[in-house]
Amino acid sequence: MLKFVFKRLIEAIPTLLVLILVSFVLMHAAPGSPFTGERSLPPEILANIEAKYGLDQPLYVQFFHYLGGLLQGDLGPSFKYKDFSVNELVGQSFPVSAEIGLWAFLTAVVLGVLFGVVAALKQNTWVDYGVMSLAMTGVVIPSFVLAPLLVLIFAVHLRWLPAGGWNGGEWMYMLLPVLAMAAHYISSIARIMRGSMIEIMHSNFIRTARAKGLPAGYIIWRHALKPALLPVISYLGPAFVGIITGSVVIETIFGLPGIGQLFVNGSLNRDYSMVLGITVLIGALTIMFNAIVDIMYAYIDPKIRY
Amino acid sequence: MHKKTSLALAILLAAGVAAPVMAAKVPAGTELAAKQEIVFNNGAEPATLDPQKMEGTPESRIARNLFEGLVIQDDKGNILPGVATSWDVNDNNTVFTFHLRDDAKWSNGDPVTAGDFVFAWQRAVDPKTASPYSWYIEMTTMANASDIINGKKSPDQLGVKALDDHTLQVVLDKPIPYFIRMLGHTTMVPANKKVIDQWGEKWTSPDHFVGNGAYTLTDWVVNERIVLKRNPNYWDDKDTVVNQITVLPIESENSELSRYKAGEIDITNGSTPIAIEHFRQLKKDIPEQIHTTGQVGTYYYSFNNKKAPFDDARIRKALSFAIDRNVITDKITGQGEIPAYAFVPDITAGFTPVVPAWAKLTQKERVEEAKKLMKEAGYGPDHPLSFELLYNTSDNHKKIAIAVAAMWKQSLGVNVSLVNQEWKTYLATERAGDFQVARAGWVGDYNEASTMLDLLTTANGNNYARYSNPEYDMLMADSKSVVDETKRNEMYNQAAKLLDRDMPVAPIYQYSTTRLVKPYIGGYPAANPEDIFYFKDMYVVKH
Amino acid sequence: MITNKPNSEAVSRFATQLQEAPAEVEGRSLWQDARRRFMHNKAAMISLITLSVIILLCLFGSQLGDFTYDDIDWNAMQIAPDTASGHFFGTDSLGRDLFVRTLVGGQISLMVGVLGALVAIVIGTLYGAMAGFIGGRTDSFMMRTLEILNSFPFMFFVILLVTFFGRNIMLIFIAIGAVSWLDMARIVRGQTLSLKSKEFIEAAHVCGVSTWAIITRHIVPNVLGIVVVYATLLVPSMILFESFLSYLGLGVQEPMTSWGALLNEGSKTMEVAPWQLLFPAGFLVTTLFCFNFVGDGLRDALDPKDR
Repeated sequence: MLKFVFKRLIEAIPTLLVLILVSFVLMHAAPGSPFTGERSLPPEILANIEAKYGLDQPLYVQFFHYLGGLLQGDLGPSFKYKDFSVNELVGQSFPVSAEIGLWAFLTAVVLGVLFGVVAALKQNTWVDYGVMSLAMTGVVIPSFVLAPLLVLIFAVHLRWLPAGGWNGGEWMYMLLPVLAMAAHYISSIARIMRGSMIEIMHSNFIRTARAKGLPAGYIIWRHALKPALLPVISYLGPAFVGIITGSVVIETIFGLPGIGQLFVNGSLNRDYSMVLGITVLIGALTIMFNAIVDIMYAYIDPKIRY
Repeated sequence: MHKKTSLALAILLAAGVAAPVMAAKVPAGTELAAKQEIVFNNGAEPATLDPQKMEGTPESRIARNLFEGLVIQDDKGNILPGVATSWDVNDNNTVFTFHLRDDAKWSNGDPVTAGDFVFAWQRAVDPKTASPYSWYIEMTTMANASDIINGKKSPDQLGVKALDDHTLQVVLDKPIPYFIRMLGHTTMVPANKKVIDQWGEKWTSPDHFVGNGAYTLTDWVVNERIVLKRNPNYWDDKDTVVNQITVLPIESENSELSRYKAGEIDITNGSTPIAIEHFRQLKKDIPEQIHTTGQVGTYYYSFNNKKAPFDDARIRKALSFAIDRNVITDKITGQGEIPAYAFVPDITAGFTPVVPAWAKLTQKERVEEAKKLMKEAGYGPDHPLSFELLYNTSDNHKKIAIAVAAMWKQSLGVNVSLVNQEWKTYLATERAGDFQVARAGWVGDYNEASTMLDLLTTANGNNYARYSNPEYDMLMADSKSVVDETKRNEMYNQAAKLLDRDMPVAPIYQYSTTRLVKPYIGGYPAANPEDIFYFKDMYVVKH
Repeated sequence: MITNKPNSEAVSRFATQLQEAPAEVEGRSLWQDARRRFMHNKAAMISLITLSVIILLCLFGSQLGDFTYDDIDWNAMQIAPDTASGHFFGTDSLGRDLFVRTLVGGQISLMVGVLGALVAIVIGTLYGAMAGFIGGRTDSFMMRTLEILNSFPFMFFVILLVTFFGRNIMLIFIAIGAVSWLDMARIVRGQTLSLKSKEFIEAAHVCGVSTWAIITRHIVPNVLGIVVVYATLLVPSMILFESFLSYLGLGVQEPMTSWGALLNEGSKTMEVAPWQLLFPAGFLVTTLFCFNFVGDGLRDALDPKDR
């Protein structure tokens, strides 16, 4: 176990390096720079700005300079939001995305697994169809339709909840975004759970357990649920990182100061340091959660060896 | 010896007679709301709140309330005294002496002095500040500005001096007739040296911020909101009514509309047009909350004048003639935009445009004319013209491009393929000249015809149409030193005539700003052509 | 259990086959078997028929309307559906007929959805199965590569595609293919890990069956169930993803359209012009539900444990 974690930590370093290098090269190859605006700047003014942000240096110097900063935990200044550093902006936004993401994740896992299990046990009955259709709506109705619909109903017409804003994380402000975000994942989890549950219920060891006359609830809880969760977990590993690093659609519609907006706007603004910073964050989280997922595999299925 | 110029005189007279100061003028008998707070959607997150580093509208809309320059504007766009109460000008209009009010204070209680302006302007041109708007000071032709930006001279050699704490002297290289108008810009506001020296780049954080405007910064959550609170040290604080302003950065016009309807926003941003389906409904439901003002700006299509076949004026004219501008302003944008047949908007101060001959024709006659021109240029049904139309991703640009392409197809048989690109890619393509016809727009930096016309001079860095006409360049260069307004107006019209002859760009409509303003907000400016407004002039009626 | 009926049928058919052609006994292949079982699934069959109708409508239905997808009806902008004007689904904000646009938009969306899912199935399954089965260093390397692809700023990749290759419908598929298989690979790897320790795989190993053959003949058929389920989840995301690509200038260009683009436009005016959302959404939702049931049917039919 400890060896495994250590091995992953060692592997993470080259992985992150390659990630930074690839992103760095891609970004600088993209047309436009952080300072191309509607008005083209006179060359001498552009030169002044580039000098200030070190963009006048050769690319490899910029790259090593960035790495140097990164080692000290400094993600550099934002090229777009000139009054802030990337550390400050990410520090301000990540908790917002993470909080909404965590709630959405919990909602999605609980409801998704529940729906999936119920549908699988009642396979091909009206319960199955009903539950799965309900779950499917979350996948087929995109969030850019669902979110404004929720706003229209609950904020504009009923006036029960605010239409947007964060307000330091009051629950009233979180309810709609969490719901809109969870909807998509509920469906996915339910679908995957149903599929794997059906397969497990047909497998030999469950048949044996049934033949032994064990009660159905006990079989499901003690024997079926764990292995059936395996594909759900491999889906959730990467999905979890996606959830807590925010969805630009949800954040834009609800006016939330999260990291999804920063990332997409950063890309559109060519805010190099911002995009790199968030990429590193997402990369590190991805590596971490994939490792956790692998540990969970071993826990769920003791036969799995690496 | 000192004499006031006609423009300066006119401004001073207006200031002296009409409205010595602009402030919230609450009509007698109005019952004010107990909670004097306004929520304004700014439409975008400001890139900075440091006035000398700002370049865009979202920034200056906030900065105007945090800082006050030498002059400000009234609700119709007239110049009013700000920190300066009066000013004198020498005979050849190159040396301006400003007399500052002695009760102007920073939000920390320090007096606002002439030295603060000197510091701010030197800071703006200092290469170390790396201000993207340093060219603005260059444009005023303030002595040595160019050399300082180029690093040839030090910032303290800039042509601005504090004669004493309340007297500021500015030396210009050329007698720029609209210099006073240019002073209204956010680049030209004062800066507090003490605070900036102490906190460096971090001085704009709510904890350290010091400004001299009617409001001061108290909270800033990026991508959520900025909160401004009334500044008790502002010299005219006694006339300020609204205590708190919350500025939101919502970009999506739909979220903005929902939140306006839900009562969470009092004033919408007005820069991103509302979808026409919604707008029609709003016009039915809440017509009294829609406020439209003209703007010094033009939406147009640039032809790549250096690329065949668009190097042929006949093609450019034919395409321009075939655009039915009324359909676009009535049925696609539909929010009070005015069809544009010339590059300079009608609303521009001190400019009386001459209406081009073809603008008076019916659309049918224009199309006939266009067909003739196309035929002369060698294109017709057997040899149709095909090209790409470039626009940056946006619903509004998309709709207009689709409609214009259909008009060209229907009337001239031209095949247009539409190309959309995200903003920065679009800019790079446009700059590289890698387009045939591209969507473009320009909003004036100040309210004067040259802010539009200069754009199409050969040397202008934003002349993406790549129009180059020595006669035009000379006219515009000469107009810079003509102080007499009628004479200047005449020159501008001559220039406009050249544009009409060569049609380097096809003007489509004159911009307007359409805002939704809650009925209980008083003092929203009726017709400021630069869309400049100050929250200190507003009040909230009991509702 | 549901296996009973097919089994008895198979037995009786086998019997008749024996009688008819006693000389050569033909074993039923996996595929024949699967097809037969699929045909017996009612929900799947109805969905398949509905899906075919929608596909045919998208391909040829635009001829039914009086308009083409890019015709602007200057006098009928944003009108609600009515039969008198011939705009059965109403018009969009530019007066273009939504009936025709919905059908034409379906062409691109169906193609994107299906192709995206196929790429995910083929590359994702093989990649995941290989990583999981071979294990060790190879697994580490393949998974770390996946982590890099998963977290790098994809928007720049798209922007670069546009700048270097211009506009080309093939680029949409490259971009969509590039992202669609990543999660699939992870899921398949997870499944493979637990299959690897199963007796039948070990048996095959002992018998000297090559790695490639074990992966394609034994692992892949056994993970197909989860693969199909996940693929049906991918179709909607791919269809919507396409409209995001067009924001960056890569997707379909106006006046051509897609369901994602129509939905995006419709969502902005759902309150005042609901038809602009409801008709394209109706088509999309129906299609996706059909894919879902067909997917389930396939899963049941292909499951090797279920024979």
